[in-house]
Formats: sequence, structure tokens, C-alpha cells
Amino acid sequence: MNEPLLIERSKAGRSSYQFPQLDLPRGFDVALPELPPTLRRSKEPRLPEVSELDVIRHFTRLSTMSFGVDSGCYPLGSCTMKYNPKVNEQLASLEDFTAMHPLQDVSTIQGCLSVMYNLLEDLSGITGMAWGTLQPCAGAHGEYTGLKIIRAWFEHHGDARRTRILVPESAHGTNPASAAVNGFTVTTIPADAEGLVDIDALQGLLDDTVAGVMLTNPNTLGLFEKHILAISEMVHAAGGLLYYDGANLNAIMGMCTPGDMGFDVVHLNLHKTFGTPHGGGGPGAGPVLVSRDLVPYLPKPDIKLVDSGYAFDWSSELSIGKVSGFWGNFLVLVRAYSYILRMGAEGIRAAAAHAVLNANYLLSRLKGTFSVPYGERCMHEFVVSLEDLKEKTGVSALDVAKALLDSGYHPPTMYFPLIVHEALMFEPTESESPETLDELADTLIELAGIAASDPQRLKQAPLTTPVRRVDEVAAAKNPILHA
Amino acid sequence: MSKVPAGLKYSKDHEWIRLEGDKAYVGITDHAQDALGEIVYVELPPVGEAYDADEEIANIESVKAASAIYNPAAGTVAEVNEALDGSPELINTDCYENYLYVLSGVSATALDGLMDASAYEEYLKTL
Repeated sequence: MNEPLLIERSKAGRSSYQFPQLDLPRGFDVALPELPPTLRRSKEPRLPEVSELDVIRHFTRLSTMSFGVDSGCYPLGSCTMKYNPKVNEQLASLEDFTAMHPLQDVSTIQGCLSVMYNLLEDLSGITGMAWGTLQPCAGAHGEYTGLKIIRAWFEHHGDARRTRILVPESAHGTNPASAAVNGFTVTTIPADAEGLVDIDALQGLLDDTVAGVMLTNPNTLGLFEKHILAISEMVHAAGGLLYYDGANLNAIMGMCTPGDMGFDVVHLNLHKTFGTPHGGGGPGAGPVLVSRDLVPYLPKPDIKLVDSGYAFDWSSELSIGKVSGFWGNFLVLVRAYSYILRMGAEGIRAAAAHAVLNANYLLSRLKGTFSVPYGERCMHEFVVSLEDLKEKTGVSALDVAKALLDSGYHPPTMYFPLIVHEALMFEPTESESPETLDELADTLIELAGIAASDPQRLKQAPLTTPVRRVDEVAAAKNPILHA
Repeated sequence: MSKVPAGLKYSKDHEWIRLEGDKAYVGITDHAQDALGEIVYVELPPVGEAYDADEEIANIESVKAASAIYNPAAGTVAEVNEALDGSPELINTDCYENYLYVLSGVSATALDGLMDASAYEEYLKTL
């Protein structure tokens, strides 16, 4: 890969942009008061001076070096890399949304507020919760917010002993991290032989120091926690709250709700379940929904429908406060709302059904070639182990993942969850056709054959990508964190 | 097959411990280093700190995952293996030579609950 930075192509005086006419009415273009010297630059900013063609070629070349769901099948387990319908982009690019400022008077942004209000209503329905907030800007931000609500609930009830959060050993890494950032200590719940929460172990861990239990259902092995009603009864009987990590909601949406299962707090990842772009680490959106009792603790402002229309409500005294500069990643919310409206209740249900069907089909094609430590049925994702393959051929899960890149697929999630050795975790999503799933399965079966006949070939993969095998050890040990 | 030298005691979490006079050397087993893969960082406990058995005492990061190390027997950290700071991969090279830390004040009975080499080998077969 040899693509210089734009700043390296800079040539003094070259430019490609002319500022448009001021589009504000007369009277706004008054001279602003001079900024104090401490807030003023002493030097010109170092911006690249390049032509429009330089810019277009730079970003077009970069776009061909990356891999997105628009380039090929992207079965990255736990990430729900479903297709992002272009109609959502079209709606999110309407000036009625893009030309708004969050500090405008609410009477002038009623359309935007109606999108937020109606989206919250829909998400509350889909999760079986009472109400929520759209402020969190990512899944982990949602977890942080949800746990802060749990903390506020116990503080308000004078229950300061509850300082522990329990997470299963197959949990997403963000769960213990979010709990720790909130000042909780984390205890791990072991899995039983089936890969589900070990009920007896959970019972042994529940006491009056436990604030909450964080679960995702289906779990990260792609298995439905079938004892969820017993679990929620146990947690509530011990005085704790139950937290739903919405990462895997795609498997059950429209079929059942976290509310039905007894969850008290839910975070969703709109960029997973509701078809908005993952976008290279952002912008995401991680709305939090809660049960009736926890509504007063939600971040403020709330959005209410009053006689004069939609309005912000700052009145809740129990609220944990604001968790975002403004109201969240608004244009992501527009895309998700568009997705929900276009799918409708029937479409949402069908998406879940097809996500589960696709995962089971791919699992059935692969189970003869790779070992499946946690059964031959799954929900929306499943985990295979390449431990046997590695023992026989020396080819690891990492090598197979890299070789998939040469075949035009994004690799699945590797080495997660940690309880499966040499794990590859597939989540094809509802977006893929049976033909694509067959091609992916054929490729994986072929790679397993090459592992036996020519392991060195897979050890060298990928051969066709702009960047070949990266030195992960050097990257982890000697990260270069500056330009 | 993982190497499991005789003369050491082993925990279910794949730590080994070796008593030498009043010192006890602690490291991770061959099975553990193999499962972790290439180790890129080791976080060791402060010298002078006392730890209970099964208490989280150190962290090891590999290219695959970050894993907690549980102290196999109660004692006080007398010394840590400074060489791992710059060269954590030494654990991959020889995990029994390159210990993590040394405990003092470990009672003779503290290792009773741990496995010997043959018991640990049997345990590995069940995983």
C-alpha cells in the first residue's frame, strides 16, 4: 500500500474549494467581537492545499482498499453487519434534518423531535420497555448510561452495599469494562456444559452486594438462555436488577422482548440491529430503554408530546443528567427510524427469522468440516472451533480468517468468546442469500482442505490485499501513537 | 502435548508454583501460554503486597486476549521477573524457566489443595 497523505501532496496556493454565499438572512453577518489573544491561533492551520482531483483520487483509492458490507459478505459474529439500505441515507441527507442546529428553538425543529419521539416509542415497543433515551452515541456508551441508571436507583433507595455486577464468562468485553468504569466490581458467572449461564453458580453469587446482572440473550455463543425467566426471578428476589446487552437483539426482535424476559434496562446498537452504518468506529447510537420504575432516572432532557407539540422536559430531579453534548447522533437516529418504518412490524419479525435461518443453514454446511463445541442448532450466530485443525495441520483460526480475505470475504470474529479455543464466530445476518452462504461455506471447506495439503499457503495469507499479514505482536508491543 | 514438569504444583487456572526454601516461584503453564498465543504484555503485582489464594494478581495480554492471573497460594510478593517487562515473549519461549513473580511467607500447607504433575495432566485431558 502506497497512498500518501493529502498533506504530503500539498502544494502552496493549490485549492479546490470556494466558500458559498452566506445563506443566512441579512443581519446575521455582523462582525463578531474579537476573540481574546489566548483563544487565537498564532500560526495558520496546517491544512493540505490540493486540487479537487487530488482529493477525489485519494479517497477513491482508499475506498478500494477497505472492505465493507457493500463489497462482500461480512459474517463478523456479534457485530450484525447487515446491509444498510440506501433509502435510509437518502432520508438522512434531507436538508430538513441536516440543516438543523440542536440549539434552535424547539418550535422550529418539531420534525426532528417527532422522529426522536416516535423512534423512542418504537424502540420501547420492540424491547418491551416503558421509555428511554437516545443520547448515548455507541453501544458501550449505552452500557455506561444503563449502569449509571442502576447505580442511581440503588443510591436513591439508600442501598449503598450493592457494588457488584455479575457478567457471564462469555460476555462481551465491554460489559465488565462499562461496569468497572461505573465504579462497580465485576464477578464472572461460569457457563454450564451447554454454554448457558450456570444457574447454580449464579444462585451462589447472588447476595445483597449485587447491583445487577448483565446478560445478552441469545448469548455470544448464539444460544438462547432458556432459563431466562428463572434467572430474572432469582436476580430480582436477591434485590438486583437485570441488564440486557442488545448486541444480539437481531435474533429475537419482533418475536419476544427483553421486557417479557424480565429485564429492567436495555441498550440497543442501532448500527447493528437497525441497519445504520457501523462506519469505522462511529458514529453509532446506543439508545437505552428502561422499565417503568427506572424512567425517572433516565438522562435528561426527556422528549414529551404536549399541547404545543414536542418539547424537551428537564424536570426530572432523579435523572442521571445529560450523557451527550446534545441529543445524540441524530442522523443515525433518522436512519434507524427510516429502517423501522420501511420494515414494519412484519418485516422486523421476518428479519429476525431469516437471521436465525441463515445462521443455522451456514452452521449445517460447516459442521462436518469444523467442530461445533456448543451444539448443532443456534440463533443468529454460532461458534466453530479450529482446535482440531490446528493440531493436525498447524493452521490456526487466524490463518483461515486471513485466507478468507483473499477469497473476497470479511473474516468472522476470531478468538471470541474466550471459552472456545481457536474460535471463529459467524453471523451471516438476514441480508445474505442462500447462494452467498453456499459460496462462503464452499470456500471455508476448500480452505480446510488446503490446510491439510498446503498449510504454508494459508500461513502466508492474505496475498491479494493492499496490506499483507500484519505483525500483530510488534503492533501491540510497540504501537506508534503519533504522526 | 503440553509440557508438565514434575516437582511443581498446578492450579486449575493453569498457574504453576515451585517452593524453593522460603520462596515460592509462580508462572503459567505450557498449556496456558499455548492457548494465549504470542504474549505482548505482562502486568505484574507491586512488590511487598500480600495476596490471598485465588486472588487476581497479574494480567497477561496476548494478540488474542487479555487474561487475569490468579495467585495460586497466599503470600507476599517478594520479587517480580523484571525481564518480562521488555520481553514478555520469554513466557512463550520457556514458561517454566521464566516465572512471573516470587512469593514469600507461603505456608507449607498452602500448596496442599493444588495438583501435582500427574493430576494436572489428567485435568488437562478433561478440558
